[in-house]
Amino acid sequence: MAVVETRNLTKVFKQGELGAVNDVSLITEEGEFLVFLGPSGSGKTTLLRMIAGLETPTSGEILIGGQVVNRLSPRERRIAMVFQSYALYPHLTVYKNIAFPLKAQGVPTTEHRKKVEWAAGLLGIGKLLDRKPRELSGGERQRVALARAIVREPAVFLLDEPLSNLDAKLRASAREELERFHESVGTTTIYVTHDQVEAMAMGDRIVVMNFGEVRQVGTPAEVYDEPADTFVATFLGSPPMNLVEKEDVVVGFRPEHFFPVSVLAGRAAVPDPMRGADREGPYVPLNLRVSHEEYLGSERILYGAIEGGAFHGKKVISRMSSTLSVRCDPGSVHAFAVTERHLKFYDRSTGKRTAARPGPWR
Amino acid sequence: MSGPGGARKAAGKLLHVSVLVFFTGALAFPFFWMLIAAFKQNIDLYTVENNPFKFNLPPTLDHVQFLFTQTRFVRWLGNTALVGAIVVAITLAVAVPAAYSLARLTGRWGERLGIAIFLTYLIPPTLLFIPLSRVVALLGLQDSIFSVVLVYPSMTIPFSIWLLMGFFKSIPKELEDAAMVDGLTRFGAFLKMVVPISVSGILTVVIFSFTLVTQEFVYALTFISPEANQMVGVGVPIFLVRGDVYYWGSLMAACLIASLPIGFVYNLFLDRFIAGFTVGSVK
Amino acid sequence: MAVTPGKPASSGASRSPILGAVMFAPSVLFIVLLIGVPFCLAVLYAFSDARIGSSGLHFVGLENFRSILQSPSFRKALRNSIVFTLCAQAIVIVCSNVLSIALEKPFRGRGLVRFLILLPWVAPVSLGTIGWKWILDSIYSVITWVLVAFHFVKPYSAPMWLGEPHLAMASVILVHCWRLIPFSTVIMLAGRSAISKEIPEAAAIDGAGFWRTTFQINLPMMAPILSVAVLFGIIFTFTDMTVVYILTAGGPFDSTQTLPSLAFATGIAGSDLAAGAAISLFLVPVLVLVAYLMLRVAHRAEVV
Repeated sequence: MAVVETRNLTKVFKQGELGAVNDVSLITEEGEFLVFLGPSGSGKTTLLRMIAGLETPTSGEILIGGQVVNRLSPRERRIAMVFQSYALYPHLTVYKNIAFPLKAQGVPTTEHRKKVEWAAGLLGIGKLLDRKPRELSGGERQRVALARAIVREPAVFLLDEPLSNLDAKLRASAREELERFHESVGTTTIYVTHDQVEAMAMGDRIVVMNFGEVRQVGTPAEVYDEPADTFVATFLGSPPMNLVEKEDVVVGFRPEHFFPVSVLAGRAAVPDPMRGADREGPYVPLNLRVSHEEYLGSERILYGAIEGGAFHGKKVISRMSSTLSVRCDPGSVHAFAVTERHLKFYDRSTGKRTAARPGPWR
Repeated sequence: MSGPGGARKAAGKLLHVSVLVFFTGALAFPFFWMLIAAFKQNIDLYTVENNPFKFNLPPTLDHVQFLFTQTRFVRWLGNTALVGAIVVAITLAVAVPAAYSLARLTGRWGERLGIAIFLTYLIPPTLLFIPLSRVVALLGLQDSIFSVVLVYPSMTIPFSIWLLMGFFKSIPKELEDAAMVDGLTRFGAFLKMVVPISVSGILTVVIFSFTLVTQEFVYALTFISPEANQMVGVGVPIFLVRGDVYYWGSLMAACLIASLPIGFVYNLFLDRFIAGFTVGSVK
Repeated sequence: MAVTPGKPASSGASRSPILGAVMFAPSVLFIVLLIGVPFCLAVLYAFSDARIGSSGLHFVGLENFRSILQSPSFRKALRNSIVFTLCAQAIVIVCSNVLSIALEKPFRGRGLVRFLILLPWVAPVSLGTIGWKWILDSIYSVITWVLVAFHFVKPYSAPMWLGEPHLAMASVILVHCWRLIPFSTVIMLAGRSAISKEIPEAAAIDGAGFWRTTFQINLPMMAPILSVAVLFGIIFTFTDMTVVYILTAGGPFDSTQTLPSLAFATGIAGSDLAAGAAISLFLVPVLVLVAYLMLRVAHRAEVV
């Protein structure tokens, strides 16, 4: 188990163009599950591949376990990687797939069986050892890929969007398996994904990236509740945070903090003890003209625009539990509000978080 | 891959370049050699002591001139082109509909017939040329270019069907269904919808058939004796000689002129042929 | 399938079998008449006394086979066919693998290199061969000249590349290799590009070096395509008569004679159609074997 660190890591593919990865410095904690999150093209996979040794950095250093590894080949870095397609060797049985790293590193054949069976046992695929990859389901292949990764007892695990090839239903159970796997094994893991739900569910900390730069590093709570800039604010959370502009300030508030005033004032029936605290504190009233509503079973999403006041006409979204029985017909205008302490403020030109500004908001 | 050690990388690169130089040289050398011989004066060509790699005497167009004026080379080129064109037409007319009907024929029969067709491609001319020589004689086509016009399609059609089958299979059936809903008959849909889309596949068949005609040797040698009716592939090696003496200069010029354009065009379409060879078997 | 108004039911030639048959019929005609019938005729002739010029045909049983099996020319031709094919294929497999590895990654000028490398295959067989005949000429061979220049060979005692039996055999094998290496290489390149990029990367992370990755991962994964290339290569060499005919005409003293070239020499040049047909029938076992293997490859091939 080791700590992975990057110092001013940069990768430029084409001279003169913006780099795929720009001056990234970060450091993992031992045994943590760190997620690189970002849209495609954000550089997260390139960053991972540089740590793996599959791409050479243009500048900067990579350290694993305190040692600079820039000049080391992937094999020498004691890392293991699971690819998006799992990259199982199709002509070898599961047993031989898992044993391959042992063979490649010169481990005596007498020890192979013990180690392979240990790894297979850890992932519950002991019965599959004689099969070939093409006979396995998607979830089973993931487990074989993990077994192959763990059999070498690496210092760091690297996973490159391993769930994106699975269908939606399988994804949830595979995700759970990965979480349990990490808990039992405890190796430092870096996980790349573009899916913010995965990132929030699995990560101990999330590195949010865009255009090759790190926008924010923090726990799921930190990046969700206190986003450092407008990109992070809108990338995490679905539906995304409402952003309304005024002069040189962007004000943001999440749809779930945007309720009818009656709720905030405690007059409507809200059987939700967890949300008790939200009803405290001064609130900013904003009227909402509803354009349409989505009923999703457990919650309702209202789309509309602010009516009147400083932000008239700006499109916003509200999200409430279905247990709130408030009628919102399309075209109608309702009195909504946001608690002041849920407002986030961003500088309009840089997108970065700034200090809270007082009103007036009408 | 990031590699350690600059020295190892440099050695790897040197090996890489050496391999490429060696093979490119070895494979392309004969053509370079043809080029030199075609323009070397005979005295220069036939003197053992002279360095063969350079022009010890100034280069000459004599051989090329001889080739075009004193031999039947131009006529052979014409024969080959004519035969090629007709064979291509026959192949297209026969193979395109056949491939289409096979491609749309679902179930085991389609599969089996497809494989059977491909296997017939494996039956070589060197097995069939003897009985075919009799057949050709019986049909009165002996010594005529129409002997090969008749026989060459039997070589081009199987592979063309195989190639086009794969092609047609990749065209979604919905396209034809939509055309038929719009009022075309099944055959009309085939003609007006499928064929225009498959232009690249059809072009590949054209090139393949044409190059096969130019490459063929056994049948042309067996069926056609008179010099004037011969194909270029047979005419050049067999008739550019007087007794035992080869006209090397003109021979080399002929080879070059006949090979390079064909080679150039074939090269452009090679990827598709390979797909035809391999996609068929690696399903 | 959901039923929507106005949409025709599932399409297929089975829906209009007559049209399908009509579209398919001409090709069947061609194949049957120009491949099937001649094949049967070849078998028929082998058991007859057919000759060029005579129109009679009498059944003679196994007489033709008996006489050719006793003929030393035939035995040499049979042996040569097998030896040439195996030697050429062995060389081609190694060379095309090496070359396809070298051509895999893009580099400046790769297009031109590819064009040059493909020339032996795309140029007509006979023309390339006659080029080699000039290169291997007993007196004027450029190879001889280079050897003399480096003092490996004394002047005027040039090796008879096409005149000495063993050298002639080597020359024939050389020309076959020269023709087939481009073909095999291109097929290998296609095979290599079909391997997903992540597999060699996973192998690198697992600790495999260049050689292990090549022999334990890449080559086994390419096995189906490799088999196809080899099987086609075997057919091209085994059934070829052009190279032999032009280069050596089977000589010197039948040392480079192969089954197809002997069949031609006997059947057409020698007018003995029956014997020629009998000789060419010996190609069939190998063809059947190759066809069987190809079908096997097709069944087992897949890329996960």
